[in-house]
Amino acid sequence: MGVDTVDGMTRIDKEPGGAAVTVRGLVKHYGETKALDGVDLDVREGTVMGVLGPNGAGKTTLVRILSTLLTPDAGQAVVAGYDVVRQPRQLRRVIGLTGQYASVDEKLPGWENLYMIGRLLDLSRKDARARADELLERFSLTEAAKRPAGTYSGGMRRRLDLAASMIGHPAVLYLDEPTTGLDPRTRNEVWDEVKRMVGDGVTVLLTTQYMEEAEQLASELTVVDRGKVIANGGIEELKAKVGGRTLRVRPADPQELRPLAGYLDDLGITGLATSTVDTERGAVLVPILSDEQLTAVVGAVTARGITLASVTTELPSLDEVFLSLTGHRASAPQDTAPADDREEVAV
Amino acid sequence: MTTATLSPTAADTRIPLRGHLRHTGALIRRNLLWIRQDPESMFDALLMPIVFTLLFVYVFGGSIGQALGGGQDGYVQYVIPGMIAMMSMTLSQGVGTGFSQDFNSGVMDRFRSLPIGRGSVLFAKITVELARMLFATTVLMIVAVLVGFDITRWPGLFAAVGLSAVFASSIMWVFLTLGVVLKNAQSVQAMGFLVLFPLQFGSSIFAPTASMPGWLQAFTDYNPLSTLADAARGLMLGGPVAHDLWVTLGWSAAITAVMAPVAIHKFRTKS
Repeated sequence: MGVDTVDGMTRIDKEPGGAAVTVRGLVKHYGETKALDGVDLDVREGTVMGVLGPNGAGKTTLVRILSTLLTPDAGQAVVAGYDVVRQPRQLRRVIGLTGQYASVDEKLPGWENLYMIGRLLDLSRKDARARADELLERFSLTEAAKRPAGTYSGGMRRRLDLAASMIGHPAVLYLDEPTTGLDPRTRNEVWDEVKRMVGDGVTVLLTTQYMEEAEQLASELTVVDRGKVIANGGIEELKAKVGGRTLRVRPADPQELRPLAGYLDDLGITGLATSTVDTERGAVLVPILSDEQLTAVVGAVTARGITLASVTTELPSLDEVFLSLTGHRASAPQDTAPADDREEVAV
Repeated sequence: MTTATLSPTAADTRIPLRGHLRHTGALIRRNLLWIRQDPESMFDALLMPIVFTLLFVYVFGGSIGQALGGGQDGYVQYVIPGMIAMMSMTLSQGVGTGFSQDFNSGVMDRFRSLPIGRGSVLFAKITVELARMLFATTVLMIVAVLVGFDITRWPGLFAAVGLSAVFASSIMWVFLTLGVVLKNAQSVQAMGFLVLFPLQFGSSIFAPTASMPGWLQAFTDYNPLSTLADAARGLMLGGPVAHDLWVTLGWSAAITAVMAPVAIHKFRTKS
């Protein structure tokens, strides 16, 4: 995958399925604040690694170190065979960066942005032109090619960001909170684009605050908090750990809330954690792992003769993920998961 | 590791000259497109020479000219070379504000994550600002002729413009540093104003220093803007220039020697 030699230097690791990103004991302090406090991370070639955590967990610091924008205080990081500290220029040639911060030039038209980056990546004029045209086409921006990027809608802007990061055919792509601040429809659009890029074999490191985004895009997940990795593994494995989905059962009569919660726990058919009661919204939250458990819960409640107002399933919010993994809430205040994470289930 | 034979820094800085030129060219194109996209950004370069020339010539020209012994026409001859110096200083601020905007918008992070020499970004900005400065100087000379300035020595005029550009490009390193270090473009502008205003007015640009109090004269004598203005005057009107020329070039070399490494270091290590 990607470039084997750059400037006559050979990359360290070229086996398919090998490590695209290897991070060991990465530390970055800002005065007293430990942005990264000994992070280990492995991303295999051709996979999508999700890095999930609240604001201030160190996600962006990690991406900035891996894209050579920051120098770590300690530890080692190797991306596509290049050491971030010792071989920054070779490394920059094989990465793409799309983030909250790294951005296109708002004053330049979309095409000019892509052409400029092509030239900065040493494409000939002709190739830079062709690549700009090709990527605008691919990201459905051809019609907006001549308009300044500052006039683009949120979704178009992110698509242009993605196109910009793809110009050099990167081996590893960093997506730093690619959908933060987007409305649900636009977010789905960006997800589809990312999935297409992953289909082309790019290795992706994705940071996000949303469990749903991680589930949509990533095959593996690393959960970070206060500069430390608090969990990692396959996405299914972690979902099982945090209870997969949450079933929100709302009885018609609020008086039934507590008896219902006790009853469900006694049945022992729920996931790993026990149910909790959300008195504010009059619902019992039941962690479940499978559709069978969902059916069993609904069946049991019906058998008991309790009338239900609604049953919905939702993915655990970041807060719930943290609660089940660490026993405490996410350390920094953050947005709750987007409202449309909830899918109505017919009752 | 196969890289062991090469020292990391040597391997890492090897961009061929052609590469640097290509990158700088692409970034210059970007800055020119900015101007096309937003022609108002040229208003300062267009209007400043007009407004300042008219103000100084018609508001102060009569009385200062009288003191000089040549009336308003005499003042035109005196002040225009100084205006070239002033204009180049004021416009050199643009590199700082432009840089600050690029950092805040995230464009700079994109550049810094690309395999280009970081100097390309700096040099492209300096080149475009120097071009803007030449444009402003051209406007200034047109206005100057219209208000009665006699261009008697063309080579001297070009030499004066060249000297101003040399000095301005050394001052640009100061503004680049401010652009990297300060939080936003407004602070860069405010700081620039604080630095430039006393330097410009505490100099021989607008009026001879002979009537100033001794302590101020001591300042103006060492102020590089005085020597720049006096050198420009000598070059354009005739008269002794050697001393002022060398002092100005000395200042340029000293400012560049100190501030260019500082700017590049701050730029490289900015997080």
